[in-house]
Amino acid sequence: MLLFCLFFFSCKTNPGNTSSENNIDTVITGTVTAELTHAPNVPKPLAYTSPKKVIVQLETIEKVMQIADSTQYTFWTFGGAVPGQFIRVRQGDLVDFTLKNAADSKNSHSIDLHAVIGPGGGADATSTAPGQSTHFQFRALHPGLYVYHCATGPVPLHIANGMYGLILVEPQGGLPKVDREYYLMQGDFYTKGKYEAKGLQDFDEEKAIAENPDYVLFNGRVRSTTGPNALPAKVGETVRLFVGNGGPNLVSSFHPIGQLFTKVYMEGGSKINTDVQTTLIPAGGAVIAEMKMQVPEVINLVDHSIFRAFHKGAVAQIKVTGNENPSIFQKIRK
Amino acid sequence: MKYLVTIMIAVIFFGHVNAQKKMAVIPAGKYQPFFVTKSDKPLQVNTFKMDETAVTNLEYLEFVKTNPQWRRSKVNRLFADTNYLKYWDGDLTIGEANKNLYNSPVVYVSWFAAQAYSKWKNKKLPTVAEWEFAANAAPKNIKYKSLTDYVLDWYSKPNPPHLPNVKSTYQNVYGVYDMHGLIWEWTSNFNSFIGSSDSRGNSEADLKNFCAGGAINVGDKTDYASFLRYSFRGSLKGNYCIANLGFRCSKDLN
Repeated sequence: MLLFCLFFFSCKTNPGNTSSENNIDTVITGTVTAELTHAPNVPKPLAYTSPKKVIVQLETIEKVMQIADSTQYTFWTFGGAVPGQFIRVRQGDLVDFTLKNAADSKNSHSIDLHAVIGPGGGADATSTAPGQSTHFQFRALHPGLYVYHCATGPVPLHIANGMYGLILVEPQGGLPKVDREYYLMQGDFYTKGKYEAKGLQDFDEEKAIAENPDYVLFNGRVRSTTGPNALPAKVGETVRLFVGNGGPNLVSSFHPIGQLFTKVYMEGGSKINTDVQTTLIPAGGAVIAEMKMQVPEVINLVDHSIFRAFHKGAVAQIKVTGNENPSIFQKIRK
Repeated sequence: MKYLVTIMIAVIFFGHVNAQKKMAVIPAGKYQPFFVTKSDKPLQVNTFKMDETAVTNLEYLEFVKTNPQWRRSKVNRLFADTNYLKYWDGDLTIGEANKNLYNSPVVYVSWFAAQAYSKWKNKKLPTVAEWEFAANAAPKNIKYKSLTDYVLDWYSKPNPPHLPNVKSTYQNVYGVYDMHGLIWEWTSNFNSFIGSSDSRGNSEADLKNFCAGGAINVGDKTDYASFLRYSFRGSLKGNYCIANLGFRCSKDLN
């Protein structure tokens, strides 16, 4: 009774603090196949307006890839890259999910999507042996940007090897239109050799348990998104970043050098904060952050736990081109 | 002359089917299950015999020759999925292209098939406890720092394009070969330790084996190699036929 009173009271005093749950009685009309993209690309905004059945097929693939220019690592992936493929659905959609494990995988894998309400976020239904596939359905009830990851034991190892990605559940009516959207995901990696030690490097369990990574990376590779791979943008454009943090250990202090976030969907949810310098992204969490491009520059996106950016690779870049805007910034020469 | 030919055929035939696969004696001991509670005591493993190597393609060919119901085109889908022996040329031919696999472990075989083969040989599949006990023994003919690292190293590498022959990794102190580093192997009770496919355990019933974060009831939390093996077994069904999954037989001593 007391609990009920408390609940009632808190509801009364915080009328604006309600979650935007969807009416699950909405009729599903039609079936679409989800467009899946590799980072830094994001699937196109969804054009439909009424809830659909959305087919998603994701494959777990184990493969050796570059973690740095002269260093390789055996990554375990969703879709053949780190981070895993970006999934975009709409609030109210019925997601029909198939997880396939590649025939040449050594290990079993599964998926826990934080957007799922149900046992293990889907992990309970998707323990998948090599060459097999598993299948389940869930209703995307809440809008937001959610992490997915492998939940097969030992979970920390699967995550440390790169098994994470993002699923966006657009609110009804979609997100406001912007000029560009990009996908970044931070992750920490633990190798027998030091940062950028040459050759194929094995996973280091001791360093992982001590939470002492050799690499802190955006999109699974040193310089994945810098220099010639910097994300392009133009003066005057609004850029929306979908940023996740796979961990497995570190929390990210995500910061744009020479910019600030005009709009942040805090923790990837529905609350919007404005004028943010640095936003916290928990391990197993995400954020939607927007910036208005004002002057030509290279924006370094970093984890502002700054040793990680300086020594462990945690830098991505946006290269903004266009005309100078001296009323906003100008260098004064003597 | 006719008599001689008959003898020769008899010798060849006799020699062939009676080419006894060498078995090693695994001494009795205790095995501490990977998933434990405070009340769990180590399991007693009695002395038993175990095939020196995994069953090879050539050995399995003999089985399907004498047991037509286990040929690829005849097998019941309830007992073996559509991947059963998919790399063989045909029902009774491993195939010229697979020449280098004749003495490699047979893979893409189901648990039911492995059970039937074992019974045909008057043997059985080892239990998880027997298999793990035998596999934990130290290698004797390779240099290694830690067996866990050796095993983890293998688990973290994608399958090679051609599966190597048996005896291509190491022999352990009990005399069995390739317990780690070549293939995964079926056990008779492969799924008896796993209640849930989500290794963090969500239902109350699974708490004995799993808990949030995946490790509260695990004997040695840092033994990632065992962890991967138990997860792999937990994802299997009896009719699954998988690229890197084969088997070897065991036998009680008396």
